[in-house]
Amino acid sequence: MTFSQKIFSIIAACCLVVVIIYLVKKGKLKEEYSWMWLLTGFGVVVIVLWYDILLFITRLIGAVLPTTTLFIFGFLFLIFLSLHYSIKISKLTYQVKTLAQKISFLEAEREQGPIPHQKISEIQF
Amino acid sequence: MTNRCIIIPAYNEEKNVGAVIRNIQAMTDADIIIIDDGSADATADEAKRAGAYVISLPFNMGYSVALQTGYKFADKNNYEVLLQMDGDGQHPAESVPLFFDMIENGRCDIVIGSRFLCANCYRIGLAKRMAIALFRFIIRVVNGSEISDPTSGFQCMGRKVFTIFTHDHFLSDYPDTNMIIRLHRLGFQIEEIPVKMAENPDGRSMHKGLFKIIYYFFTMFLSIFIALISDNGNSGGKER
Repeated sequence: MTFSQKIFSIIAACCLVVVIIYLVKKGKLKEEYSWMWLLTGFGVVVIVLWYDILLFITRLIGAVLPTTTLFIFGFLFLIFLSLHYSIKISKLTYQVKTLAQKISFLEAEREQGPIPHQKISEIQF
Repeated sequence: MTNRCIIIPAYNEEKNVGAVIRNIQAMTDADIIIIDDGSADATADEAKRAGAYVISLPFNMGYSVALQTGYKFADKNNYEVLLQMDGDGQHPAESVPLFFDMIENGRCDIVIGSRFLCANCYRIGLAKRMAIALFRFIIRVVNGSEISDPTSGFQCMGRKVFTIFTHDHFLSDYPDTNMIIRLHRLGFQIEEIPVKMAENPDGRSMHKGLFKIIYYFFTMFLSIFIALISDNGNSGGKER
């Protein structure tokens, strides 16, 4: 890795970390979602400073070039990210559904009163 | 008399829902609850005018969510027996008392109204006939029992069945064959009665379009597979 490549990578990683911390500070990004981006930024710094780690991983997975390793892990990261968001969206969908159901019950009771068989039992009391 | 309710999911059914409610009222005094699934037309107003209790979802959430809303409402209001039917007038109100009798006399836990138990009751196209034959075969292999109409939405069930459906891990986009398999594995007794259903007056269907059909089969097979690898058909998912 050339010196200019190292400088560029470290600046890019630092910018990512700063932007993420800024977004968390401003309340535009939840801490819950920030960890993976911060981890990515720190991961880039680690690889730049200890390039041998990248070469070791490249040999370990049987890749020929270090760039292939970076692409593979970048791709895996994006797959993980998509899966993570799919899980989150599913959870949010269920929560929205439950909220909508509760609102509809409250709205029905406010407009129409309790269900007829409950009205009858109230009168009998 | 037990507490009975009839839940009817309805989406843009302003033309049919009033007549459906009046037909039911002529047959039973059960509470009629319309689940208006975010209709853009006057479905809710028509249903109220006809004398039904209306629960309006704030936006369209699909058939299964509308049904689950009905199950939750029935559970919350301590109903003992629940009957579900369509809001388009396909399901005949004349059959309603028989459904209730089956459950209240303890003959089974869930009754399904079948279009295919009487001769020439209902005509369907070749593709749909093949799909139903496939689902019948799956039920025969998995449950060891015969269900002639696994896609029928005309069903009646006791409290212990519909309270199960209030849990989100029992929520399926298309509650058909998969639910029959799960209920059977949970030990519930399922019976069918012959029902003469009308053709859909508007020709609408949940399964129109290639993508929806493919998605239906995908959901069905995945849901059946999950039921088969789970204990007693319970996926073990937790409430969100």
